[in-house]
Amino acid sequence: MSESLLEVEGVSVVYHTRQGPLPALRDVGFSVAPGEILGIVGESGCGKSTLSSALVRLLPPNGEITGGQIRLKGRDLVRLSEEQMRALRGRELAMIFQDPLTSLNPAFTVGTQLVDVQAAHRSKRSERRAIRRRAVEMLEQVGIPDPGERIDDYPHQFSGGMRQRIMIAMALMLEPALLIADEPTSALDVTLEAQILELLRQLRREHGTTILFISHDLGVIAQLCDRVVVMYAGHTVEEGDVESIYARPLHPYTQALLAAVPSRMHRGDRLATIPGRVPSLSALPPGCTFADRCPHAQDVCRRDELRYLSVEGRRVRCAMHDPMSGFDRDAQPSQLVESETAA
Amino acid sequence: MAIALPARHRVPLRGLSVARLLREVARRPAGRFGLFVIAALFVIVFFTPWIAPYDPAAQHIIDRLQGPSWRYPLGTDDLGRDLLSRIFYGARVALGVAVPAVVGAVLLGLLLGTVAGYAGGKIDNALVVVFDTLQAFPAVILALVLISLLGPSLRNVIIVIIVSFAPGYGRVSRALVLSVKQNSFVEAERSLGASDFRIAAVHVVPNILAPLCILMAMDIPSAIVVESGLSFLGLGVQPPTPSWGSILSEGFDRVRDTPWPVLWTGLALMITTLGFTMFGETLRDVVDPRFAGLRRLRRP
Repeated sequence: MSESLLEVEGVSVVYHTRQGPLPALRDVGFSVAPGEILGIVGESGCGKSTLSSALVRLLPPNGEITGGQIRLKGRDLVRLSEEQMRALRGRELAMIFQDPLTSLNPAFTVGTQLVDVQAAHRSKRSERRAIRRRAVEMLEQVGIPDPGERIDDYPHQFSGGMRQRIMIAMALMLEPALLIADEPTSALDVTLEAQILELLRQLRREHGTTILFISHDLGVIAQLCDRVVVMYAGHTVEEGDVESIYARPLHPYTQALLAAVPSRMHRGDRLATIPGRVPSLSALPPGCTFADRCPHAQDVCRRDELRYLSVEGRRVRCAMHDPMSGFDRDAQPSQLVESETAA
Repeated sequence: MAIALPARHRVPLRGLSVARLLREVARRPAGRFGLFVIAALFVIVFFTPWIAPYDPAAQHIIDRLQGPSWRYPLGTDDLGRDLLSRIFYGARVALGVAVPAVVGAVLLGLLLGTVAGYAGGKIDNALVVVFDTLQAFPAVILALVLISLLGPSLRNVIIVIIVSFAPGYGRVSRALVLSVKQNSFVEAERSLGASDFRIAAVHVVPNILAPLCILMAMDIPSAIVVESGLSFLGLGVQPPTPSWGSILSEGFDRVRDTPWPVLWTGLALMITTLGFTMFGETLRDVVDPRFAGLRRLRRP
């Protein structure tokens, strides 16, 4: 996959805490092709947001990228100096956040803030007029009515959905190669969510924007994304295109996640859940981190560190699919999951 | 004036322009009184040479220690100097010291407080220790120490006020920066490539100016009192320049002969203090969102 826009390989992130280092991400790997929408899904605490912060190198002060490579157009972001990285933010990588209500500075008009994105990258004062015109265009593109007038309004004069649109306009001002959307619709209601998703699709259609879309909502991912990366306890456990993953999940965690999505077929039944909970990062078990919740778990799962292997054009981290692991494929799944559907 | 901000910073007062803000303040009786006092004070200060009937240092020994009369509207002091003129010129000194001193204190406090709040960690700890140490000192003692080190003069009084007021602003700025920093727009700006300096100066500071402006309005009278106090003790403005403090101090020696110098100067000090305080408090009520609901209820 040499034509990838973004290649993440073996990335590990540690949070230094008083209780000792917490491995928030371990050996995370995936790639994003230009013009693609890649979804990253996982339950809370699995490292989705850590991953998005790590990609733009804006981890909290106690976070540290301890290994791996993040190659954007072939440049390894992990090795860049802080100053070089800052120049890339906004230009090559931009981010939109979960909460549109606090993501805009209440003290300035949205126009000032849109123009400011460029000012932060030291454009000349004489270009201000052109930049402002561009800001109006961007607002129009993200669907703000009367952008020419509303550009001089303050954030509090816009609704939440509108503010998220403005955030997207801000992020796209410099036409970044990659837009990272960290749960951009979680704070919005479903109608607005659908509108924002449509907007993202339209931006990709019209401008070929590459989007990394982080969500805990499998339904949203299915609607929007081309490919999915499933994360669990700081690992990427499965990566592949949306259709094949949804049709035939390989990793037991993906299977369990999909089984837990409510559907018409199971009307009246209890909703499926995944027994147990995500292991604490401070006490990760050896071997597969999902083993304790996995119906297929065998001794080998708890023993060996797992490889991330390619299976059927996808990648998965599971002993079940590794012919070298010594996994007994004929063993019966245990009764850990009450409504296991074997997809 | 205290809240006359540069055009691009007008907004932090929650979308209210300075003009609207002042209108809003003028609508309440206390605010109107405050505005009137401040405006009158500024008129007096700017036009002192034209409206003062006499040179403040001119002595009319024959007319010494007189009460109010047509010739001397507020009377004369023990050297026969016109009290009205001296109080007018004293106002000049009072504001001339208080305004630059408070502005200086705000700038210094804002700078240090923002650095502390924004940088965090060791820098923050170190600055907080400095603020606390300076504040733990009784202001008067601090002022006396500094003046005895620097020598009494107008400039040194300003320096003393800056040094003793800046930690207060520093702490307030720091606390405000800490809370503004939590907003995700700071993170959003960073993710779009803004530098730390840019975020702090362009995005955080305008968001904390409103509370500081209010504090400023309320601190100007305190600064006037400090100046008067130092001048009263002979450590501030040196004669023959009239200061309210020195007029009071000289009047005090003669209070049994004539109460007028002490009375008028005390009154001037009181009205000024009251005016600024009422203005500041009204401004706070107008800006503070917690009062916004009440305000709407009260005025149909």
